[in-house]
Amino acid sequence: MAAEGGHGPQTSGDYISHHLQNLQVCRDDTGQWVWNTCAGNPMAINVDSMFWSVLLGLVFCFMFWRVAKRSSAGKPTKFQAAVEIIVEFVDSSVKDTFHGTSRLIAPLGLTIFVWVFLMNLMDLVPVDWIPLASAAIGIPYMKVVPSTDVNITFGMSIAVFFLIIFYTIKNKGVTGFIGELTLHPIAPPTKGAGLIAAPFIIAFNFILESVALLAKPVSLSLRLFGNMFAGELIFILIALLGLWQLPLHFGWAVFHVLIVTLQAFIFMMLTIVYLSLASESH
Amino acid sequence: MDINMTLIGQTIAMIVFVWFCMKFIWPPILNALEERQQQIEEGLAAADKSQEKLVEAQAQADEIVNEARQQATGILDQAHARANEIVADGKDAGVKERERQLAAAKAEIEQEANKAREELRGQVSAIAIASAEKILKREIDDKAHDDILGKLAQEI
Repeated sequence: MAAEGGHGPQTSGDYISHHLQNLQVCRDDTGQWVWNTCAGNPMAINVDSMFWSVLLGLVFCFMFWRVAKRSSAGKPTKFQAAVEIIVEFVDSSVKDTFHGTSRLIAPLGLTIFVWVFLMNLMDLVPVDWIPLASAAIGIPYMKVVPSTDVNITFGMSIAVFFLIIFYTIKNKGVTGFIGELTLHPIAPPTKGAGLIAAPFIIAFNFILESVALLAKPVSLSLRLFGNMFAGELIFILIALLGLWQLPLHFGWAVFHVLIVTLQAFIFMMLTIVYLSLASESH
Repeated sequence: MDINMTLIGQTIAMIVFVWFCMKFIWPPILNALEERQQQIEEGLAAADKSQEKLVEAQAQADEIVNEARQQATGILDQAHARANEIVADGKDAGVKERERQLAAAKAEIEQEANKAREELRGQVSAIAIASAEKILKREIDDKAHDDILGKLAQEI
């Protein structure tokens, strides 16, 4: 596939794997920057994912910043009203779930929601448009939906993961954090003969709670990735069907609009829920 | 599908975007929203208040109109009474005038009649004298019989 260099795949298998190939750049063993021969290299960068992700992030920032700059209490313009609906939606979601005061969580939720939504929305661009256009200007691979790249979803969920740890330590202290990992769900005995069993109980708790803690970012990112990857794959498969793709594509796109919005909402909501759990004492 | 540096890149991008949102997007929009909420609240309160005032003013206006209506009725009644009075006065004056004129006319007629009678009397006496003169012709002294003829004329 890489050898073809974007000159048009021949078989269906080639077509599909070509669509699922990221445009990668990395340094090879000799220290040279090379394109698209980076399989398995942990220092590689998926240029297309990063490009579209940052571009869509900038789109989000620019749109909302323009509204924010001119926002006033007076009569809003239609676009301002639309933006305010989103902001208010996120704000009420945060207020329903998160009872502490934090200047970070609501903007974080807004950024995640709109950004993930925009990234997922790229799925609705017909699968061949941008790759063919890129091929025409000499770029062999172009994967346009950043959220079908597991690096992107993990990148976001890891930021959320560190925020969870930060909020836990901030609100409960280091001892609180360690206690949360070791003293639940089975409280170890503090006196009597049971003391002998305490280390085992603590170890058991620690294993259980660490898995629970690590499961949060993993499930958060894999849920988004899985949904979007599957959706994208089905779009690609539909694109192989010739004329029949038109009604099928429309039907799947309509259904996918729901997934796009829902996944963005779930990612935001779970982030808020995790952070509120981290900052509330039991 | 490999995990690579894209992950770190995305994390950094996310931190930057979240920071930007927290700094430049969220506060102004939320401030505007809260300010507008407050304005709407105040506006609604003001609307309620003005509604109350409107009802009050309506009642006041009704009262004033009623008062005016009563006054108007009073004025109308007075005017009617005055008009009746004037008509009655006019009638009285007319009757009196008529009677006065009637009396004057009667007096004049009386006078005219008297005058005519007097004249007639003179003429009758002249005729009587003339006829007597013609009858008697010869021996009647105007002066000697004047008082007899005067008495005669008086009697007619």
